[in-house]
Amino acid sequence: MSITGRIYKISGPLVVAEDVKGCVMYEVVRVGDIGLMGETIRLDGDRAYIQVYEATEGLKPGELVETTGSPLTADLGPGILTNFYDGIQRPLEMLKEVAGDYITRGLTVPPLNPDTVWDYTVVANEGSSVEPGDVLGTVPETKVITHKVLVPPGVKGNLTKVREGKLHVTDAVATLTKEDGKEVELTMSHRWPVRVPRPYKKKLDPFVPLLTGQRIYDTFFPLAKGGSAAIPGGFGTGKTVSQHQLAKWADSQVVVYVGCGERGNEMTEVLDTFPLLDDPTTGEKLMERSTLIANTSNMPVAAREASVYTGVTLAEFYRDMGYDVAVMADSTSRWAEAMREVSGRLEEMPGEEGYPAYLASRVADYYERSGRVVTLGSGEERLGSVSLVGAVSPPGGDLSEPVSQNTLRVVSVFWALDSTLADRRHFPAINWLRSYSLYLEVLRDWYKKNVSEDFYEVRTRMMVLLQKEAELQEIVQLVGADALPERERLVLEVARMVREDYLQQNAYHEIDSYCSKEKQLMMSKTILAFYDRALKAMDAGVSIAKIETIKVKDEIARMKYVHNAEFPDRYDAMLRAIESQFSALEG
Amino acid sequence: MAKTTTREYTTVREVAGPLMVVEGVEDVAYGEIVDVLIPDGGTKRGQVLESRKGVAVVQVFEGTSGIDTRSTKVRFTGDIMRMPVSMDMMGRIFDGLGRPIDGGPDIIAEEYLDIAGASINPTARAFPNEFIQTGVSTIDGNNTLVRGQKLPIMSGAGLPHNDLAAQIARQAKVRGTEEPFSVVFAAMGITHEEASFFMRDFERTGALERIVAFINLADDPAIERIITPRMALTAAEYLAYTCDMHILVVLTDMTNYCEALREISAAREEVPGRRGYPGYMYTDLATLYERAGRVRGAKGSITQVPILSMPDDDITHPIPDLTGYITEGQFVLSREMHRRGIYPPVDILPSLSRLMNEGIGSERTREDHSGVSNQLYAGYAEGRDMRDLVAVVGEEALSKRDQLYLKFADRFEKEYVTQGRDEDRTIEQTLDLGWELLTDLPEGELKRIDEKYIKKYHPKYRTG
Repeated sequence: MSITGRIYKISGPLVVAEDVKGCVMYEVVRVGDIGLMGETIRLDGDRAYIQVYEATEGLKPGELVETTGSPLTADLGPGILTNFYDGIQRPLEMLKEVAGDYITRGLTVPPLNPDTVWDYTVVANEGSSVEPGDVLGTVPETKVITHKVLVPPGVKGNLTKVREGKLHVTDAVATLTKEDGKEVELTMSHRWPVRVPRPYKKKLDPFVPLLTGQRIYDTFFPLAKGGSAAIPGGFGTGKTVSQHQLAKWADSQVVVYVGCGERGNEMTEVLDTFPLLDDPTTGEKLMERSTLIANTSNMPVAAREASVYTGVTLAEFYRDMGYDVAVMADSTSRWAEAMREVSGRLEEMPGEEGYPAYLASRVADYYERSGRVVTLGSGEERLGSVSLVGAVSPPGGDLSEPVSQNTLRVVSVFWALDSTLADRRHFPAINWLRSYSLYLEVLRDWYKKNVSEDFYEVRTRMMVLLQKEAELQEIVQLVGADALPERERLVLEVARMVREDYLQQNAYHEIDSYCSKEKQLMMSKTILAFYDRALKAMDAGVSIAKIETIKVKDEIARMKYVHNAEFPDRYDAMLRAIESQFSALEG
Repeated sequence: MAKTTTREYTTVREVAGPLMVVEGVEDVAYGEIVDVLIPDGGTKRGQVLESRKGVAVVQVFEGTSGIDTRSTKVRFTGDIMRMPVSMDMMGRIFDGLGRPIDGGPDIIAEEYLDIAGASINPTARAFPNEFIQTGVSTIDGNNTLVRGQKLPIMSGAGLPHNDLAAQIARQAKVRGTEEPFSVVFAAMGITHEEASFFMRDFERTGALERIVAFINLADDPAIERIITPRMALTAAEYLAYTCDMHILVVLTDMTNYCEALREISAAREEVPGRRGYPGYMYTDLATLYERAGRVRGAKGSITQVPILSMPDDDITHPIPDLTGYITEGQFVLSREMHRRGIYPPVDILPSLSRLMNEGIGSERTREDHSGVSNQLYAGYAEGRDMRDLVAVVGEEALSKRDQLYLKFADRFEKEYVTQGRDEDRTIEQTLDLGWELLTDLPEGELKRIDEKYIKKYHPKYRTG
């Protein structure tokens, strides 16, 4: 039953309606004669405060406000992947077809194209009794993802009729008789309120890394599947490129990319490149496993607030089918600012820096939607995960601000972007001394089994070199490098190799953009072999000046550009070159 | 919005700062434009900032002086802010609210456009990748500008940002087409001298007929500055997307715009964000900057070069900070380099062009561009570090390699960064100059450049 009221006041994205007694918190309402979409965020007597997801220019007091009886929901079903949505799940391609190059107000377009015909195969047969999470049937959604149509949460009973074949997303695929004898028709899609986490049976501890093909993350600060990470950094430090790299190369089966209040051209870049790039795991195009949500900085601010929830809801939906899903949100600061803007208009008592006092709990709620879970459903256990990576844009690059601090309290991986590194074009500009990952211990066994027994030792040795370098640099700043003992100068030399030849990774280089875990191991071992051999040569009386000019260094510098597949041969060749060239020095 | 007829009220209840509260009104739309008729016969324009049953809060662009609460008439026009546009705007000069101030006739409108603009659907955008040659080495070589990009000059009081902006406006061209850019120039709160510098420069080079200027000077009403850039961008959009022109928009000085924004926010008693600027400043700036770009299927494009003076040269100040989060990079001017007589004093280390990678390379500039640029960056950064070190330990304490880098940084600034105010270098000249400097470094140090390009372009191999 819808309730109708009248607009009392308009101020930016906030509209106050009167005579709407009975309106429910977080209910979606239609505002004004052109029916702009909004959501109630405060009730006061017969007045409702509404954040409107579209521009409010031209609205007048006295215009109609109508409730819809439903909270803000996402439509979940086949057709989400390869699609491109705004913050409230309106498909942008369709909007363009309907309204042209500019976003027009008051339009509703179904998120899942009702005209698409899907090839639906029955899994649960007639007569079987099903519970939430059970697989009703499957649809080949893209070349790489088989979409499992699940019994929605809260629905239980016996299947009395099932259909198969070429069907639309709105067609009934099964009729279910509940215990009370009522019949329910199930389609391939259902709606879910975006602000409510989707249910699961049990949350598990993560123990598998989300491999990204990026050396600094995989080797030094790994993220686990089902974990959460934050990338804070000032502008120009490479947040967006890092997020793009993760979206491209992370070995999750499904990727949800949320462009929250960021640049329009960046979303265009994703749109242009994802359909062209190959996924290293499946060999198919990256777009086949991706869905994009774009609410750029000049699109309405309230829809930006909703966009991260829409994103994580889509992710949970694919998790429930048993997939590993990664969500990249760029940038969560813009989401927090959208909250601040609306809170300011509500004249709420501000917390730190004008942010609402509930910022901390909203941030925590969001990141808690990550996790590795046993999904709903009877029969064999199905496992799925949602990993969340949030970029944070701290004003002036100062991490003491509220959004960064509240985020760091809840995430387990911290990738600290550093503007001094970015200024020297050291990319990814992740500071190796400030970053951390709390998953190192739980992932140890996996790395032992799947990469190498000694991987953690290799990692630790490189880290020690970097740490040592930082200490030595302080002395160099005072007395110059020449004053250091030879062995310390060798540490500086090798640490430079770790930084320049290992940590620096060129996102725009065809080969270097993605580095397999095997190549990472061999690259690190090459550098350490150089170090060990150089130490030995020093014992034999070779001076650091000679070591600094040794030829094999150039080869090591270029090893990152060697193809993943060709690397093992090159690795052997380099080890031999190290040995022979040092032997020659020793004479 | 629904068309409503004009209504007049004399019920001004309160005037505070740039705001005016009108009572007893009906049917006032949010964002509606009002004319204020003051007792001495003048007219001012304003816009509805908040509309409540019976009450409207209006911001008055030309200041509230002269408004009283007894006989001032407020006329609600029933329309949002629109401006007349046509090709005849070319070569004309307007005030901050879009009225001609060059003595010429009013514009006969082809269309009336909403100055707020609408957001481009991200799927309708074409990714900017056409190289713009500005003739300035630090820009073309290291922070390449492309058509449809927004790239601000972050400067400080007393630095030659105007010279650089004028030089870019004068020299910018897309290679292959000799067709110059048309310039839309929006001045917000700059001094008469600064404005006339630009006008003289445009006149001197005969560029005046391909320029549209909107001028709000320092002594013009501050609130008008909220409108000026929107006028300019609306004109730019019309010229780009309807008339198929390539437009370069120069907005100066964004700092004054943000001050005006803060003034209104304070008058409305809003909860302030950092340093008293409103919490929605990011969104507000984005509605300006995001109007740069290219649209699929459209011939024209809008490239923006906003200028902002960083208060106290502080790049973490909210204005440059929020700008940097929206724009696709920045040129940062250095006071220290300016003091040493280097023009243009672009400090390449904190400068950045995010769209550079797409705009350069074999088909657009030259295949070695990316490598040379990265190598110059790395070498210069290393040399600058050495400078700091020399200050402590003296030059003698440096190793041979470090001394090379020290020298490299000096030469880089003197020969590569420094150029004349009218010097227009082609991209080949810039890259060759870069190679020339790189010969000072041992070849083994050139790790950022692909070996095959070293063999092809390194002067050592080219001559011998």
